[in-house]
Amino acid sequence: MSGPSTYVPKSAVGRWFESRLPIMGLMHSSFVTYPTPRNLNYFWAFGGILSLMLGVQIITGIVLVMHYTPHVDFAFSSVEHIMRDVNWGWFLRYTHANGASMFFVAVYIHMLRGLYYGSYKAPREVLWILGVIIFLLMMATAFMGYVLPWGQMSFWGATVITNLFSAIPVVGNAITTWLWGGYSVDNPTLNRFFSLHYLLPFMIAGIVILHIWALHVAGQNNPTGVEVKNVKRDTVPFTPYATIKDGFAMVVFLAFFSWFIFYVPNYLGHADNYIPANPLVTPSHIVPEWYFLPFYAILRAIPDKLGGVIAMFSSIAVLAFLPWLDTSRVRSANYRPVYQVFFWVFVACGIGLGYLGAMPAEGGYVIASRILTIYYFAFFLIIMPLLGLFETPKPLPASIADSVLPRGGSAGAVAAGAASAPQTK
Amino acid sequence: MAEATTVEPTRRDFLYIATGAAAAVGAGAIAWPLISQMNPDASTLALASTEVDISSLAEGGIMTVKWRGKPVFVRHRTATEIKEAVATPLAQLPDPQADSARVKKPEWLIVIGVCTHLGCVPLGHQGDYEGWFCPCHGSHYDTSGRIRKGPAPRNLDVPDYQFVTDTKVRIG
Amino acid sequence: MIRTTKLSLVSLGLAALLAAGSAQAAEDAHSAPKPARQAWTFAGPFGSFDQPQLQRGFQVYREVCSNCHSLQRIAFRNLAEEGGPGFSEGQVKALAAEYKVKDGPNDAGDMFERPGRASDRFPSPFANESAARAALGAVPPDFSVLAKARGYSRGFPLFLLDGLPIPGGGYQEHGVDYIYALLNGYSKDEDPNYNDYFPGHKIGMAKPIADGAVDYTDGSPKTLQQYARDVSAFMMWTAEPKLEERKKTGFRVMAFLLVLAGLLYYTKKKVWADAH
Repeated sequence: MSGPSTYVPKSAVGRWFESRLPIMGLMHSSFVTYPTPRNLNYFWAFGGILSLMLGVQIITGIVLVMHYTPHVDFAFSSVEHIMRDVNWGWFLRYTHANGASMFFVAVYIHMLRGLYYGSYKAPREVLWILGVIIFLLMMATAFMGYVLPWGQMSFWGATVITNLFSAIPVVGNAITTWLWGGYSVDNPTLNRFFSLHYLLPFMIAGIVILHIWALHVAGQNNPTGVEVKNVKRDTVPFTPYATIKDGFAMVVFLAFFSWFIFYVPNYLGHADNYIPANPLVTPSHIVPEWYFLPFYAILRAIPDKLGGVIAMFSSIAVLAFLPWLDTSRVRSANYRPVYQVFFWVFVACGIGLGYLGAMPAEGGYVIASRILTIYYFAFFLIIMPLLGLFETPKPLPASIADSVLPRGGSAGAVAAGAASAPQTK
Repeated sequence: MAEATTVEPTRRDFLYIATGAAAAVGAGAIAWPLISQMNPDASTLALASTEVDISSLAEGGIMTVKWRGKPVFVRHRTATEIKEAVATPLAQLPDPQADSARVKKPEWLIVIGVCTHLGCVPLGHQGDYEGWFCPCHGSHYDTSGRIRKGPAPRNLDVPDYQFVTDTKVRIG
Repeated sequence: MIRTTKLSLVSLGLAALLAAGSAQAAEDAHSAPKPARQAWTFAGPFGSFDQPQLQRGFQVYREVCSNCHSLQRIAFRNLAEEGGPGFSEGQVKALAAEYKVKDGPNDAGDMFERPGRASDRFPSPFANESAARAALGAVPPDFSVLAKARGYSRGFPLFLLDGLPIPGGGYQEHGVDYIYALLNGYSKDEDPNYNDYFPGHKIGMAKPIADGAVDYTDGSPKTLQQYARDVSAFMMWTAEPKLEERKKTGFRVMAFLLVLAGLLYYTKKKVWADAH
């Protein structure tokens, strides 16, 4: 994915195969010799962590499907059957359920990393937009997955979210009925959600490949936002440097993940989802999973049905336009003192919206949601375009190497030596 | 200085090997739940036995009951059938086994109704030996459920069973 | 970088203040008291069930609760499984045989009743929901997952601590604490349907159990509090029968991951030593 491969297989069989399908060369140039900026910090490990999480979710998901029954009469019971009778079923299900949350923890850090270091700017616009598409697909997948256990929150979450489409003028109700396959959320809805929940992760995997491809064409951004000028001085080969660093970060992340699986497996869920779905009774507090809360708060901040739906979808769609909304020529917020302030306020705003999304839509909460919603959109639509014109950035380092190496001159020689050092794995 | 250069690579190699080994152990450990989940679950294992009332089965008749998802044949053998089964010399059998080793009471033959060739269900009172005949690939079984002719390698399996009363059998 | 951290702290602080203010408003709106946090043997990373307590809790369920509440997802065999009340196989068989289980159809096409077996699930007190509603006016919830289906919010910021691996954190017992509080929450003698902890205070279930209602044989106090504690623990087990296995596995996984992380950290340092 990064130019013609220089890989030459050692064995005759390898050479025979390589001349017919150069996949080993592709792997070699993508994940071994691929040059990574030498100054990457641990925020750059989240791409790898996300790939890991996608793998974990697909594998545990495939295995859970071997025991799950997508039917309104059996779905809840089959999940309990998994928890009680299937060998290691409790582990697989808790891993999958908490894995969704961990996936979103990682993706939010990954996205904020991009936002802070300006990773969406030219020449990485397509890379960024592919990321936004992955995020959208993730949201759809997570939402449909939450419906499958067919508890109270599953049912009412599905009802509320599908009803969003009824806000569309003229055809809204027809679309909602079409989504349901009936006059309410029922067995046809559960079946189609199950089908799509199984399909979408593979679409995500496909777009992830495009995402990585685009990444390897443009090269990674880095904390200085300065492009690689001298491959020898500014970069290190992916293996062993990035592999081992990502590996370490993944294991630390897995330890964090394990805490949830083994010790607080229901912390991120909702007690009401252990009540079998009942179409006649709505739970008193109906909230989506935590990762949807900021968007849910935006939905409820707008006092108009259609307006709320538009605002919610716009809050995600606006991300796709980021490369053209940001007018600054400097990528990294490390050199943008004013943007930095707005960025952290934006992070706080996101957390605040998340909190408000979990609170009842009344009184002070609504007013607070409106203020934060205004800031959310202003950050993208007003602050970003204007700030680039008025802000005076700090001086950038001359090169990546200059920002990390005390003696720039000898770095090339050291890195070249390091590349031939014994490799792990 | 000379010492340092020899010690350093060894320590490093040890670290790399230890890390690689630990990662391999982790990968192996995580594979286990994924494999183990396909084994029969606790509720399936708990349903291992079934009780059959055989009082209504007339002499010469065969009854099929379901046990662990498979058919089990209960055959009320006639005196001729028993005689045939007992009289067959073991030398004629591809899988030699005396009839007495296959029944608890001579008039009741209980076998798992799955052909030992490729798992089809044989048909009763058919074939050259009047026992069972498997329609899939032509295996002939005798009145003791023993393979006599055809591709099946073994006699029909005998499940674990007990007579709870004279007319009630618990299989499994 | 220091400046950045400061700024982020300030902005997070602002968000927290805002959130705290709105949480106060929520507090005033909902006046039900929060259940007190109880000490349970199964709480915490090394928690495990107290077997005699689960057996007593089962006795309470059997003699009192099971008149109205089903336990559909629990089979008799579960009572003898590891990490549970620890009955023997023989006890479970004998217990199962005391129940009548509907089976069939038989050869004549009729449903019939037979003594229970270890593999059977607990028979429900009512044939279906409508029968329960006809008899009681409401459907009593099934006990199987109830301890996980009930809970309460500790509010901001305590709910954050519930998820953290710190002393006093890792709190997962909201459901049992609520059930325990509820059973002890019938505070008005003149109104058996008034409960301090039930949302709205009007609970369909009139005070279900009182001191001395169940005859313990192991010398435990025959008090409402003890009954409530034991049956709550039993319900936690029915809701999460693999709790002990989960926590034990968790310890091994955590220990392994820490060792692996340590090894990777030093390997990473060695690899990168040349590059910086």
